[in-house]
Amino acid sequence: MDSKFSPGDKVRVMERSQPGHVRTPMYVRGKSGVIERIVGPQPNPETLAYGQSGLPYKMLYRVNFSQKVLWPDYEGEDNDSLEIEIYEHWLEQV
Amino acid sequence: MSEHHHDHLNATHTHDGKPIQNDEPPSIEAESLETAVRELLMEKGVITADELRGAIETQEQRRPELGAKIIARAWVDEDFKQKLLSHGDMAVRSFGVDMKPTELCVVENTEEVHNLVVCTLCSCYPRAILGIPPAWYKRRDYRSRAVREPRSVLSEFGTIISEDRQVRVHDSNADLRYLVLPRRPPGTDDWSEEDLTELITRDSMIGVSEAITPGE
Repeated sequence: MDSKFSPGDKVRVMERSQPGHVRTPMYVRGKSGVIERIVGPQPNPETLAYGQSGLPYKMLYRVNFSQKVLWPDYEGEDNDSLEIEIYEHWLEQV
Repeated sequence: MSEHHHDHLNATHTHDGKPIQNDEPPSIEAESLETAVRELLMEKGVITADELRGAIETQEQRRPELGAKIIARAWVDEDFKQKLLSHGDMAVRSFGVDMKPTELCVVENTEEVHNLVVCTLCSCYPRAILGIPPAWYKRRDYRSRAVREPRSVLSEFGTIISEDRQVRVHDSNADLRYLVLPRRPPGTDDWSEEDLTELITRDSMIGVSEAITPGE
């Protein structure tokens, strides 16, 4: 399975509203970050959670975000960051 | 079966609660749901009461001491440490740990970076290594504040991270489970692997504290 993104790529999490078992928390939607690593193909939790197969697999990435991007009023240090797992169908190239 | 549920937290607001406090009432609804599903599974012969009991027994026998052994090995064996950081699942297999169906991601604390683990969507935790998560780990206030104001949360646990170190939060939201590799405390160069395990606490492997420095 090919991965659309590579480590170091700048990506944005799509800002869409989707009901159901979604693993993309609201606080990262619409935010830009950098691919930290490719985790690999994983079953799609959005169908797996409802007793389906989870197929086709979705490529999973770890994405690094600057805390100041996630929270404009963040009170920590400028280079503090957060890493989270995001499936490919939630990511777009910046 | 996934341990995620449908509590999709929007953590854009802060809470007044402190992570160590027990200020959240038990969910009657969730308890009723658990009972209903459990009884149905037994009635339909999917699982037996003894299998359920056995699974709980196995889960509760896992203790953070296992994690401490893994970290101590990484402190004394550079090859093992590199394997733990690059292929966590394979590295812990030699300790009898099977991470399936999840994968292990070990994150290393250094002079530059301090790592902190949280699961904002529910309470994902490396149970195969650390056992049952602490109550505060599952609380809404820890889960929402650890991503929003990690340095404040850390200070409430008595952990002050200097300004020149990056705080890196890991939201355990999907298929990986996270274990922090704490820094080896100073003054322990001649310590045996076994003695080192005494310095490695559960909380230091979640990242809310550092490993114990002897004499402090």
